[in-house]
Amino acid sequence: MTDASWETLSNQAVAAAGVVYFLALLAHLVQWSSLRKVPVGSARRATADAAGEALQDAPVAVLERDPGEERRTALFARLGLLLTVLACGLHAVAMLGRGMAADPNRVPWGNMYEFTLSGTFFVTLLYLLFYRRLGLAWMGPLVDGFVVTMLMVAVIWLYDPVAPLTEALNSPWLVIHVVSAIIATGAFTLGGFTSALYLLKARAGDRSTGYLARLPELPVLDRVSYRLHAFGFPVWTFAVLITGPIWAHQAWSSYWSWDPKEVWAFITWVVYAAYLHARTTAGWKGRNAAWLALLGTATLWFNFIGINYFSTTSQHSYAAPEAAVVSPVDA
Amino acid sequence: MTTTTEPRTEAPEPRPSDLSVRELARWAWRQLTSMRTALLLLLLTALAAVPGSVIPQEGVDSLKTSRWQDAHPTLTPIYERLGLFDVYSSPWFSAIYLLLMISLVGCIIPRLGVYWRALRAAPPAAPRRLDRLPAHAAYSSDESPARVLERARGVLKGRRYRLADPVEGGDAVSAEKGHLREAGNLLFHLALLFVLAGFAWGSLYGYKGGAIIVVGDGFSNNLTSYDDFAPGRLFDPDVMEPFTFTVDDFAAEWLLAGPRAGMARKFEAPLTYRAEPGAEEQTYDLRVNHPLSIGGTDIFLIGHGYAPVITVTDGDGNVAYSGPTVFLPTDGRTFRSFGVVKAANASPTQIGLQGELYPTYGFTQDTGPFSQFGDALDPFVSMTVWEGDLGLADGTPQSVYAMNTAKMTMLEKDDGAPFRVDLRPGESVDLPDGLGTVSFDGLERWTRVQISRQPGIQLALGGVIAALIGLLGSLFVRPRRIWVRARETDDGTLVEVGGLDRTEGGDPAEEVAAIVAALRGDGPDRPAADETGEERDA
Ligand code: HEM
Repeated sequence: MTDASWETLSNQAVAAAGVVYFLALLAHLVQWSSLRKVPVGSARRATADAAGEALQDAPVAVLERDPGEERRTALFARLGLLLTVLACGLHAVAMLGRGMAADPNRVPWGNMYEFTLSGTFFVTLLYLLFYRRLGLAWMGPLVDGFVVTMLMVAVIWLYDPVAPLTEALNSPWLVIHVVSAIIATGAFTLGGFTSALYLLKARAGDRSTGYLARLPELPVLDRVSYRLHAFGFPVWTFAVLITGPIWAHQAWSSYWSWDPKEVWAFITWVVYAAYLHARTTAGWKGRNAAWLALLGTATLWFNFIGINYFSTTSQHSYAAPEAAVVSPVDA
Repeated sequence: MTTTTEPRTEAPEPRPSDLSVRELARWAWRQLTSMRTALLLLLLTALAAVPGSVIPQEGVDSLKTSRWQDAHPTLTPIYERLGLFDVYSSPWFSAIYLLLMISLVGCIIPRLGVYWRALRAAPPAAPRRLDRLPAHAAYSSDESPARVLERARGVLKGRRYRLADPVEGGDAVSAEKGHLREAGNLLFHLALLFVLAGFAWGSLYGYKGGAIIVVGDGFSNNLTSYDDFAPGRLFDPDVMEPFTFTVDDFAAEWLLAGPRAGMARKFEAPLTYRAEPGAEEQTYDLRVNHPLSIGGTDIFLIGHGYAPVITVTDGDGNVAYSGPTVFLPTDGRTFRSFGVVKAANASPTQIGLQGELYPTYGFTQDTGPFSQFGDALDPFVSMTVWEGDLGLADGTPQSVYAMNTAKMTMLEKDDGAPFRVDLRPGESVDLPDGLGTVSFDGLERWTRVQISRQPGIQLALGGVIAALIGLLGSLFVRPRRIWVRARETDDGTLVEVGGLDRTEGGDPAEEVAAIVAALRGDGPDRPAADETGEERDA
């Protein structure tokens, strides 16, 4: 295949993935809306079904609901998951195509478009990987909705044709640094969703119908959020405080130079450290910790999107890579 | 087994004033080292780091900073007073992180003691009621209690638990594991101190400097060779490695097509160097991302540009100036560059030239002259000519990249327009009024290298790696206690297993279930295959 056809393949795969994510979102919406008016008692069963776990030992007698509807809900839950898996596969093809289209072949994270493509891919991938272990069935509509939105943003506003990397980006450390940063971003994003839902559910109180009522109990949400952050934090540490400085040392002669991108990565790191502390500090547990998690998510995404537009001095300019590296000398 | 339970005896009753000071100090210390303070200091650190990412920083980009300062004359003095142009070494930023570090030390030291004692203490005896524990399971068996406990010890040992010594006549086994969690946490926090120490060492004793070297020229590592030099506060020039090198060539590949047309890559500057005078001569291809390390010093390729070879022959026919003249790019993409020539020896009057170089010349009525491309496909210089006093004699240092025209006049044509020297390589032009001749003899290239020495880098790197390892232990090791009790009852032996996971949110139920299964002998989890428990929660 030629570079051009890889690029076309990538673009088509992005479009296809977007459509399938959208269908997955619809499936999840049907699933949750058919439960909209049903009180929570039977809901936990539906969630468990969706996770494909408690099917065999579900006490059928407890059900007060129409079994047809029950089946329909389970069906859409499964359909949503299946479509998400399919979309994730297409998403992977899109990334592969981007990498193969470049000459020389490379990892697909040279600019904002590619970074968004990869970032959202890891959001989905981590969601699927943690699906069972952390019981994330309830997160389906959020993940699909978020990823499809970000893909649209990427395609409409951030699109950049395939291009070779600037010289400093051409390093094996880039691969390790960025892949770990993206994985951590994915985990933190999922953790941020969880903390946001924690806060919404805490505010909603004891409602017995609707999406919020069907979410896991507050302590469970809190724990899931902690697990996601606890996974993300060491990965982020590795990306920002180990591989980032190693690469910066090689490319810019200084392993830490308080470049705005570095500053914000550091801020994110400190905020998440504060989150981990907050979870074990009386008076900060629960709600305040969840707010800190959201603050962390905000700094994380601001660093990715905001800094490229607001800061004038960042060397990490994905947005304008030409001038970034072997830079002119100003006397 | 030694545990010091005796609380330290207080000093004799102090006088009231004494008391309040000491109490106050103690209270302050307790506050400073509390978890809540650590949390607030962390948030404060994050907040304090923000301004430096929005306001241009002296240490990051001094040019941008001075431009910003020129554009904001009212804010600048205020910002200056607040240290906002150098946030990361400002007193208030330092104060915050030093407080954080003190808090950290105050937090770690007592915890080290606690940890040391916990490590040597035996797992605590079984609580009276195991069914009150978060995880509990019971079954009855026809084995004797002693036999069950014997097997329980085996099972727990196989799962890497630490066991309390058996007590004569005891009916339970106590087991514990996961001390590495706390060890990891302590390692993480301690390692942060080392990272900071390494970082501070590097910024106090290290240096960073840049030099522009025309291809073919050499560089020897001493202060006078640098164009710019930023030493740490405690830097000692004696530590500078006495290496020398020559830039033999410079090459780059220019992209002619595609979305990044005009971009250059594959920069390469072959060097010949000696690590010290008299050492063997070696070569190295200096490239981006491939610095050359000599001793503790690293040399990086970070920029390039053009140096037109210009010769000024004065009115008397003598060569007043000749050589490659470094022009600095004003546009990183097309390498439109600016430079000056100072012919101080020219007579009857000193001659200065200043103007631009266009590596690939282009011209339209709208834009005037411009550079179409960064590569030198059709180089062209266009300069104005000045006569008078270059101002070099009065001793004030001048940049070689700028000309002080205060005491000079610009040559003009008869119609009043500036007289320009517009030349392609090989061409020359006579100056008016018999002042002399200027010729453009050829185009050389220069590279800009950054040279830096950052002692403590290994300490900082080792520190973060240790911190990461500690962090993994702190987050993923699960400290657990398990008790197994076996008692004679009317219908056989009642075996109870209780478990406690000492991390918040940890769920020891699976672990207890697995232990019960192993004890009953019907689970897959025989002592030989004991991996699952630890892994599951990672
Ligand atoms: C440089 C600033 C600090 C950073 C970046 C930091 C970071 C962290 C992180 C990431 C954790 C999470 C590990 C875990 O959950 O097990 C943690 C835990 C902990 N930190 Fe810090 N910390 C800092 C300063 C302090 C200070 C000053 C104290 C003393 C008050 C402290 C006390 C603790 C304690 C007791 C834990 C264990 C919490 C638990 O039980 O999980 N930390 N720290």
